[in-house]
Amino acid sequence: MQGNKIIGEAAIRAGCLFYAGYPITPQNEIPEYMSERLRQVKGGVFIQSESEIAAIHMVAGASAAGARSMTSSSSPGISLKQEGISSLAACELPAVIVNMMRGGPGLGNISPAQGDYFQATRGGGHGDYRVIVLGPDSAQELADLTMDAFDLADEYRTPVMILADGMMGQMMEPVIFKEPKPRVYPESFIMKGAGSGKSKIIRGLILDPLEMEEHNWKLDRKYKVIAQKETRHELYKTDDAELILVAYGTGARIAKGAIKRLREAGLRVGLFRPISLWPFPTNELRDLAKRIENFLVFEMSTGQMVEDVRLALQGRARIGFHGRPGGVVPTPVELANVVMRQYDRKEGIIDPIT
Amino acid sequence: MMKKVFGRPRSMKGNIFHYCAGCGHSIAHRLIAEVIDELDIRGITIGVPPAGCAVLAYNYFDVDMIEAQHGRGPAMATGIKRVLPDRVVFSYQGDGDLAAIGIAESFHAANRGENITVIFINNAVYGMTGGQMAPTSILGQKTTTSPAGRQNVLDGYPIKVCEVFSLLPGTAYIERCTVNSPASILKTRKAIRKAFQYQIDGLGFSLVEILSPCPTNWKMTPIDSCRWIDEVMSKEFPLGVMKDVPAEVSDERKKGDKSHDG
Repeated sequence: MQGNKIIGEAAIRAGCLFYAGYPITPQNEIPEYMSERLRQVKGGVFIQSESEIAAIHMVAGASAAGARSMTSSSSPGISLKQEGISSLAACELPAVIVNMMRGGPGLGNISPAQGDYFQATRGGGHGDYRVIVLGPDSAQELADLTMDAFDLADEYRTPVMILADGMMGQMMEPVIFKEPKPRVYPESFIMKGAGSGKSKIIRGLILDPLEMEEHNWKLDRKYKVIAQKETRHELYKTDDAELILVAYGTGARIAKGAIKRLREAGLRVGLFRPISLWPFPTNELRDLAKRIENFLVFEMSTGQMVEDVRLALQGRARIGFHGRPGGVVPTPVELANVVMRQYDRKEGIIDPIT
Repeated sequence: MMKKVFGRPRSMKGNIFHYCAGCGHSIAHRLIAEVIDELDIRGITIGVPPAGCAVLAYNYFDVDMIEAQHGRGPAMATGIKRVLPDRVVFSYQGDGDLAAIGIAESFHAANRGENITVIFINNAVYGMTGGQMAPTSILGQKTTTSPAGRQNVLDGYPIKVCEVFSLLPGTAYIERCTVNSPASILKTRKAIRKAFQYQIDGLGFSLVEILSPCPTNWKMTPIDSCRWIDEVMSKEFPLGVMKDVPAEVSDERKKGDKSHDG
């Protein structure tokens, strides 16, 4: 099944009842798939919105009204949605947002890229907030993480982003859809009219600075819980490794290909793959640095996640970087050659910052 | 025995309005609340207040309310209404909200014929931010960002929202009213009631524009402001029903019945 369609099917199976979106390459199969599938679901609503901005605010309305809601886009479209994502975070409304990244900045191109890491993991819009960001690297994870995203969004009442790229969206792989968990979301959060009771307000505007500060700390406490409980990562051939590649998503697939070749050549290289990009699996990465001192970060960008790796390792290891921005997808052979050049030159693998 | 002849609508909280003296918002709020009471829909109504002076509308309406980002009310209302089609959903928007930053969301909600009601407060000026030019400012109108008066060559023309939206086949009912006299207030109340009733009847998108005084930013007394609406504003924005598809359809039907009888 194709990656974009997998996301759509996983969303439907997770009970997504509302989708709004605006066409943008390379994720058009998601709205197309949702337009067909949501017709078949009782209570399902699909809207092709007039803009990315309208889509995210439709999602906010639908979410407030109690529907599991999703929108999807690609890099430039996600920039437009940031107003709404900030608002969802402020109003503590659950929603799932898919970003099938493409080359940037600006209109960039439509090739797979990883240049939106900062935007995704630092909140993305204005104000003090974070978004849970999950970075799948296979069809199976597209399915699993999309379903998990809905659960996490409900549990923490916060927007959750699936951060993948055009490669993930377009590739075909077999997939098994897991059984969805039953939805746990208190009725009291849903805005459906006051009935005979007290009326409800959902708002992000808090004019009193002290009250606003408390709201910020309240959100922050929630983010701290998420940071503690919701990190995910994969260790690949790290047991005997002398050098650790750090990569996510499509980058991690390339890294695995490179590692296969490097191992055949007798180089002990492993992979640390963050699956949750926010929260970043800081402690898990730091644990590796207790016995391994060489790290090489590979991203399809000029270097964004590498900053989180530096923050995690705090000078405990040497950190190299290899980046291919702009929609270039390097081969495993290229990455293997980069690793080989640096593997033995331990002195050479030096974090350019430190 | 004493009889209570005037009181606060049930759909209104007891909070004192923060609006300036002579402002039209408080009148519009009250009219909406009265209509909600009258139609007995308080328990199923969801309101979407805008950014702008009315951002705090949820402090006054005693119905469920969810704040929208600037201009996005109709998109949010669309999401709510599609998920809960049996609820009554209205967005409350100013001229900047509807005709500038949110023109796309408003226009397309209207074009889709969303079964929602939009209450559009047009006071020809940005109120909350301190009197800047609005998309509906009159040519020649002095504002803090058009100190020499609005000029069409620089600033374009005042946007006639009702006339433009009437052209969209998706819209069912569009009327422009004002709240500058007791008679006009009663008329506005009727228009709001009709708009909500049409939504309840599932007849489609309804919009009531209210020419609303803003003495503070117009730098006029409340009385002069009411006069300005009559003498200037309503010349640019003529009052009246712009579109009433359900009424036209029923007129047609009546005519059809007659011709059949004849």
